[in-house]
Parts: sequence; C-alpha cells; structure tokens
Amino acid sequence: METAIRIKDLNVFAGKTQILHDINVEIPKNKITVILGPSGCGKTTLLKCMNRLTDLYPELKVSGEILINDKNIFDPGADISKLRQSMGLLSQRPYPLPMTIYNNIAYALKLRGVRGRRKQSILVMDYLKQANLYEEVRKRLREPASRLSIGQQQRLCLARGLAVNPDIILADEPTSALDPISSRFIDEKFQEIKPHFTIVVVTHVLRQARRIADNVIFMYMGEVVEQGSASEFFENPKEEKTKSYLEGMFN
Amino acid sequence: MYLLNRQQRHVVNYSWMLFSLLIIAFLPFMLFGGLYFKSFLLLKTHTLKDLIFLHSWHPSRGEFGFYPFIVGSIWVTLLAILISTPICLLTAINVTQYAKKRFLRIMHPVIDILAGIPSVVYGVWGILVIVPFISRYLGPWFGVQSMGYSILAGAFVLSVMIIPFILNIMIEIFRTIPTELKEATLSLGATKWQMVKHVLLRKALPGIIASVGFGLARAFGETMAVLMVVGNVIKVPHSVFDPGYTLPALIANNYGEVLSIPQYDSALMFAALLLLAVSLFFNLLMHFFIARYNKY
Repeated sequence: METAIRIKDLNVFAGKTQILHDINVEIPKNKITVILGPSGCGKTTLLKCMNRLTDLYPELKVSGEILINDKNIFDPGADISKLRQSMGLLSQRPYPLPMTIYNNIAYALKLRGVRGRRKQSILVMDYLKQANLYEEVRKRLREPASRLSIGQQQRLCLARGLAVNPDIILADEPTSALDPISSRFIDEKFQEIKPHFTIVVVTHVLRQARRIADNVIFMYMGEVVEQGSASEFFENPKEEKTKSYLEGMFN
Repeated sequence: MYLLNRQQRHVVNYSWMLFSLLIIAFLPFMLFGGLYFKSFLLLKTHTLKDLIFLHSWHPSRGEFGFYPFIVGSIWVTLLAILISTPICLLTAINVTQYAKKRFLRIMHPVIDILAGIPSVVYGVWGILVIVPFISRYLGPWFGVQSMGYSILAGAFVLSVMIIPFILNIMIEIFRTIPTELKEATLSLGATKWQMVKHVLLRKALPGIIASVGFGLARAFGETMAVLMVVGNVIKVPHSVFDPGYTLPALIANNYGEVLSIPQYDSALMFAALLLLAVSLFFNLLMHFFIARYNKY
C-alpha cells in the first residue's frame, strides 16, 4: 500500500498547552482515511497541519515533519501555495467566496493557472456537474453564492475544492451542518472519487466513520491511540480506549 | 410588594420605551421642521435655486448666494476623504492581516487618543504646521502662490481628524471576517495578497463604504478646526491652494452678531438646513451603496 502523507513526530503547542503529542501516522494513497475522536482531541489541528493552515495562527508552534512525496512541507523553501493547491479543503461549514456562483469556481481555476474564458467556462460546468449542483444552479450562475442553501453551498465548496485539481482532499466534519440528503451525497461522492484522490476526513460521528472509512486514525487528548485498516479497527480493536469509545462509553 | 401588578407594570414600562423611541424617531423631523420654520423669512423672498447657485454674498444688500460656502464645504470634505480613506484602508489591512497581534493592542489606545483630541487643538496644529508647510513648500513646489490658509489646509487637518473614526470601523470590519473564509481562500492556493485583494476587500466592501460615509458626515459638519485654517474668504475657490469658506464656519463666525440685518439670522438657519440636507443626502447615498454591495 502506497503512502500519500507520512507524519513524523508532530508536536503542536498553543502557548504552554500541548495540543498534539508525538503524532506518527501514515495516510495511504487513494483511500479514505478517517480521523476519529471526541471533540477537542486535536483532529482538526492535525488536519490543518497538513496544508499548513496552522500558519494563520501565530500562537501555534509546530514541530516535526509531514512528508508528502518525500518532501517535508515545513521546509523553509516549500511553496505553500502549491502545497495547498494540491489539497482541496472542505470545512465544517461552507464558506463560499464573496462572488457569484460561477466565479467561486472560476477563481479556483484562475489560481490553478487555467487561462481563457471558454476553457474556464467548460471546466466550471464540469465541476458543478461533478458536485451534483449544475442542474440546481444552471439558471443562476451569476447570482451571489451566498444565496444558495447550506447544502448547496457545501457542494459548491466541494466543486471549488476539486477545481484546483488536487491529489488530496481534506475534509473537516464536512457533513455536520448539512441536511441528510446533502450529507449522503458527500459521503457517496467520496467513495466514488477515491480511486483518484487521497481523502482525509475528520469526524466524531462513529456511524459516518463506519460507513466510509478504509483506514482509521483514532485520537484522544491530542494523541493517536490507534491506527489501522477500518475492518481491523472496528472488528478487532487493540487498545482499551478504542474499545470503550466504540462501545459509546465516552463522547 | 409592588404598587402595580405585573400586567400593569408591563404596560407602564412598555409605554416609556415607546415614548423614548418616538422621541428619537421624531428628533430629525423636529430639527428639520424647526430650521425650515426659522429660515422661512429668507425663503419667502429668495428662490431655492438662487440661494444655492448665486455667487454673491452681501447680506446688507439682501443678496444671499450660498454657492461659495457649499463649494468650499464639499471640496474640503471630499479632499479629506480622498486623503484619509486609502491611509485607513492600508493601515487596517496591515494591522489585522499582517502585523503581530501585539501591534493591534498598541494601535487601539493610540487611535482612541487621536479620536479624543479636541478639534481646536487640531486647528492650532494646522495653523502651526500645515499652513506654513503649504505656503512655504507645497505651494511653491506646484508653482502656486498661496498664503497657506486654504482648502488644502482644511482638508489636511480634517483628514487627520477623521482618520481615527474611519480606521476604528475598518479595523473592526476586517477583524470580523471569519478565519474560515481566509482558510478557504488560502487552501485554493491563493497567496496572502491575492486573498486580501480578491476576497477580503470584497467581503469588507459594504463596511468600508459605511465607514467612509461615517467619515464624510463627520467631516462635512466639522467646524472649528476647518474654520481656523481654511481662510474664511467668501469666494468660489478655483484651486485647492485658494482660501475658502465652509457652511459650518459661516454659522459659527456670524451667529449672534447679525441681528441688525434683516434676514441674516434666517440665512444662517438656512445654512444649517443645508448642512442637514447634505448630510442626509450622503447618508442615503451610503445606504444605497451598502445595499448594492451587501449581496455577497
């Protein structure tokens, strides 16, 4: 099994409190890896380390290595824009850019370097179709994206995330704010596109993890308790903490 | 023990609240009405068009052309906005997006101090610094003879005065943009500057317009500091180095000593009415722009 992201001895401090303790994980390529754990265990921080959104928070001190294609993303010479572009991000709540529906995707294309109106317009339609949004917004492409419903906005964000042509998709509880139908669509979409992408999903919903995971990383209090394939993890957990979590003892 | 039961207390409390609300709601109308009533003496003999567009101001002859004052006021105000808006915008972006958090903590008290300085002090500073600077350096540099007391001096002083007000609002606007929106933009591979230019500025646009509108309203009504440096010459200014006269200065300089000339009192009330009307116009304009750009 090929590894897409390898995290070595990752430690994150916020001031004096340590948020992540010695994280060592491997995320396999073209699989869905679910980072599971109760709220506040550091799942989101771990995800944000991967595309260096942690840079936005000056109070966070990060040490360790994250290797993608054998390159450490914390290298001083690393091209952060390129790095982020190689990962689509889907956040907990959708944040459409303050532009029209069309431009939300066209902007991502522009950043990716797609020139020419015709080419852009073809690709915009294509990504909207991929996110199962095209039929709903076909006649209102020039409307502000903020007028869409939350579920539609999240699908727009998915389309936008795909439009940068990433290898990896990072999703931070992408369905927690959505209606059941939009949620199911996102889950199914991940299954569908997984042969082409490495997908990392953060969730605290056990059911969702069971449904979509190929691989699980279970975190508790800033530490990785257990990691491995989903079948192993759910059928035959090794750690006591995992067992009690799966039995619903905490959270 | 209460004198009234709950229901009665509710009624009493509610009527007090309604009363306060009504007072505030009617205050502008009462002001308008009062000023209109007081300037009626002038409006009886002069048409509105003449008052606004005639250039000659000779109260003793009964000529009341407000044009020089209106033009003076608008020039000073717009110039001040033109100077202070870019400065505030760049500062707000820097402080909220680029600088260390510590810097913002230092900036806030500085801004508050600037906002609290009495306008007379700004006026004195204008006379001591800005006026000589214009007459000695800036004027000759542009090849213009200026005594320094000018539209430009008024605009400079005014722009410094309104900076704290505009800046405070702008900083607040940029601070309230959710971090997640920034994360979303950066995760598309945008650089920080692209994020600021394409996303943050657009998101903040309604707020930026509102802050400029607020500055505009303050600048237009500012009296003392402008009066001290603008020259107070009743003439339509042809360049920014010419002296001018503003509407608030007209009222402040003359009110109280003009009772001998008929209609003068009424003319000053009309000046106040004009001020109010123009402020209202600016206000409506801003609301229009905010509504237009608020859709995202």
